[in-house]
Amino acid sequence: MSRHRWFLILILVLIALIPLSGSRYYVFLGTDILIFGLFAVSLNLLLGYTGLVSFGQAAYFGIGAYSCALLMKRVSLVFPLAFVTAGAFGAIAALIIGFFCVRLTKIYFAMLTLAFSQIVWALAFKWNSLTGGDTGFIGIPFPQYLDSRTRYYYFTFAVVALKIINSPFGRILTTIRENPERTEFIGINVKLFQLVAFMISGFFSAIAGALFGVFNHSVFPDTLFWPASAEVLIMAILGGMYSFFGPVVGAAVLLYLRMQVATYTQYWPLILGTILAVLLFFFPGGIVGFVQTRFAVLRGSR
Amino acid sequence: MSLPDPSFLLIQSLNGLTYAMFLFLIASGLSLIFGILGILNFAHGSFYMLGAYFTHQFVSLFVDAPGQFWWAVILGSLTVATLGVVIERFFLRHLYIREELNQLLFTYALVLILSDIARIIWGTDQFSVSRPAILKGAVEILGQYFPKYNIVIILLGPCIAFLFWFILLHTRWGRMIRAAALDREVLGSLGVNVNRLFTVVFFIGAWMAGLGGGLVSPVSAIVPGMDVEVIVNAFIVVVIGGLGSFWGTLLGSLIVGQVYALGILIFPRLSLVFIYILMAFVLIVRPWGLLGRPLQR
Amino acid sequence: MILTVENVKKSFDGFVAVNRVSFSVEKGELCSIIGPNGAGKTTLFNLITGHLPVDEGKVIFNGIETTHMHAYEICRLGMGRSFQRINIFPRLTVFENIQAALLAHRGKSFDFFTTVEPLFNEETEAILERVGLQDHRDVMSGSLAYGFQKQLELGIVLAGEPAMLLLDEPTSGMSARETNSTIELIGRIAREKGFTLLFTEHDMAVVFSISERILVLHQGQLIAEGSPEEVRANPDVKKVYLGEAR
Repeated sequence: MSRHRWFLILILVLIALIPLSGSRYYVFLGTDILIFGLFAVSLNLLLGYTGLVSFGQAAYFGIGAYSCALLMKRVSLVFPLAFVTAGAFGAIAALIIGFFCVRLTKIYFAMLTLAFSQIVWALAFKWNSLTGGDTGFIGIPFPQYLDSRTRYYYFTFAVVALKIINSPFGRILTTIRENPERTEFIGINVKLFQLVAFMISGFFSAIAGALFGVFNHSVFPDTLFWPASAEVLIMAILGGMYSFFGPVVGAAVLLYLRMQVATYTQYWPLILGTILAVLLFFFPGGIVGFVQTRFAVLRGSR
Repeated sequence: MSLPDPSFLLIQSLNGLTYAMFLFLIASGLSLIFGILGILNFAHGSFYMLGAYFTHQFVSLFVDAPGQFWWAVILGSLTVATLGVVIERFFLRHLYIREELNQLLFTYALVLILSDIARIIWGTDQFSVSRPAILKGAVEILGQYFPKYNIVIILLGPCIAFLFWFILLHTRWGRMIRAAALDREVLGSLGVNVNRLFTVVFFIGAWMAGLGGGLVSPVSAIVPGMDVEVIVNAFIVVVIGGLGSFWGTLLGSLIVGQVYALGILIFPRLSLVFIYILMAFVLIVRPWGLLGRPLQR
Repeated sequence: MILTVENVKKSFDGFVAVNRVSFSVEKGELCSIIGPNGAGKTTLFNLITGHLPVDEGKVIFNGIETTHMHAYEICRLGMGRSFQRINIFPRLTVFENIQAALLAHRGKSFDFFTTVEPLFNEETEAILERVGLQDHRDVMSGSLAYGFQKQLELGIVLAGEPAMLLLDEPTSGMSARETNSTIELIGRIAREKGFTLLFTEHDMAVVFSISERILVLHQGQLIAEGSPEEVRANPDVKKVYLGEAR
């Protein structure tokens, strides 16, 4: 827990300091990192902690983004309310979709999450009257007090997420990842737990999406297209899927790299693909995993 | 909404059939690789795309030579197959002992890498390949015109299907492939070189995808992004037909082809969603597809 | 009767794995099931614990019909099971493995906000000591030696405080010495806590040393049942083990 406290403090510092840095570049980057970090952590609740590979998390991110935007613009809901309601929508969508998905395993689970995600994408793409179609939903009002209040909300969510991971519920999720059959026979309804994890993940992904929409003043269907799900998966794995903050690290590294690479070349997919391949072959524990093993080696054998 | 006239419907249906044959070529390779190696190869769409690009390249090379198109297709698809073998032998093989997620993600990494390599080599322009001379022109059906080339494709599909079915049933390699689909470990202990078998299977799968890409080059524009577009459709085909089932892939391709062709007429705005709903429906109600083997509980 | 199995049948694609097996186990009994490979012992276990659905027949545990219940429901009713192949949580430490089982058993699984580390420390340590793993508390369980992993299996089962333990070949793969100590441990704990024990085994010495009653399964059918002496003397049993090949 103390290790996690350090990270929490670091995030707090980041959240507090970014706007003060004065540079628009760092404000954008920092905000992006926090948003995608949250998204990646919520995905990792499924991937790293429960052992469920979901290829469709972008759906909840998008649902969160669109719902928040719609609630604020069409229903004139204030940001805090819209934001949390968007999260609830994400959780509800996850409940419906998850109900069908958890009945399947592994590859079939992944494909069904992909299918549902594409359905949501297609709806966003085609339902012009609601979502603005492929021209996007633009002109999302940016609440004035956003900065300080949002940081507070963000921090709250980070703490909540951390608490959940370190709870008995979180521990049971890891046993499901390790050995679902065994978990069944210590008396746990595995499917129910997977569904709950799915919902929690959907909630936080939607929150991240809501923040994204508001900070970018617009949402486009691209956010829901399946490569977006793949990208956040990569963030989680890059950072280290067996740790809580790994995905945040992964998000930070990936977003920073992407911004840097863009100034030199347009071939970001090539770089991303190579990074992913290298990760898979040589660093299965991601950055955090690598650092941890190095630390263990330095400290001598256990 | 007025009913479209029957000849138009027929042509649309034939278009769907043509598309189905291309999907079949790609999806059967995908299904084969999944059935034997247990890997869902995201990069299969990339092989398709590269097949198209290589064919275009070879056509430019063999300017005005007799039979240039067919040679280009054959060489183009074999180039892709060779690339596939290199990837399998030197990279993918090392991931077999790891969890499936690693293999899946590696094939996704390949998609990213290969699509950019294609962009680097061929840029973002669209290419097209002209049909072979004897197949230029169209045939009149019920007052509408349908390209001769497409008819050949429609006939080619079942031919290749039959060839495959024959190989699987009556040759030594075919028997080993079928056995491997049932139990990899046992096969190894019987003295079969399983690694080599996997490479052969990957070769065949990649070759079929490359073939599909080569054959589609006169029909459809060769553009960046064709890899991503086709792989999702291929996934839908194998899900509906049944992962690892040969006839299921054929059936799935036919269904998807018709849904795309006719769906646009009936539900123009929903056709995009409909195909994904179909995929989700199959996975929910019958995950092993129409003709696949039922999963263990 | 703590467990009653009535006319239970299970087939796979036409092959009958368990063919109308009926028996009962008394509370506190130490009972074993033996039979040649392929006799259907593990399948029978799977049917009792809810891992496989029954084709025909009934299973009644502690007075409740559990025939169509889910495995986790049956577990919560007080049935514990160990598996033939190692079934632990490899990337958790030994301590965490047992603690997880305790969390589940004590109804803490839906607790979202308590920090998990300090929970049930004493109880976990007690179980670790019982199965002789207290020195390996913080070792990653996946890296333990096979024998220790089997002990951990037992610990996980015990954490659930079951009324009845089903142990599927608890000493498979062990050396003679490990086998003896494990069996002795199991027997001791069972008698102390009043568990009912039902286990399958290949090692005849083990079976005859601690069983009060033995059930003999052959090709899915129960061919003999009784005390060790009765079973040893039974001609059908002798035929199956020593006589005509099938």
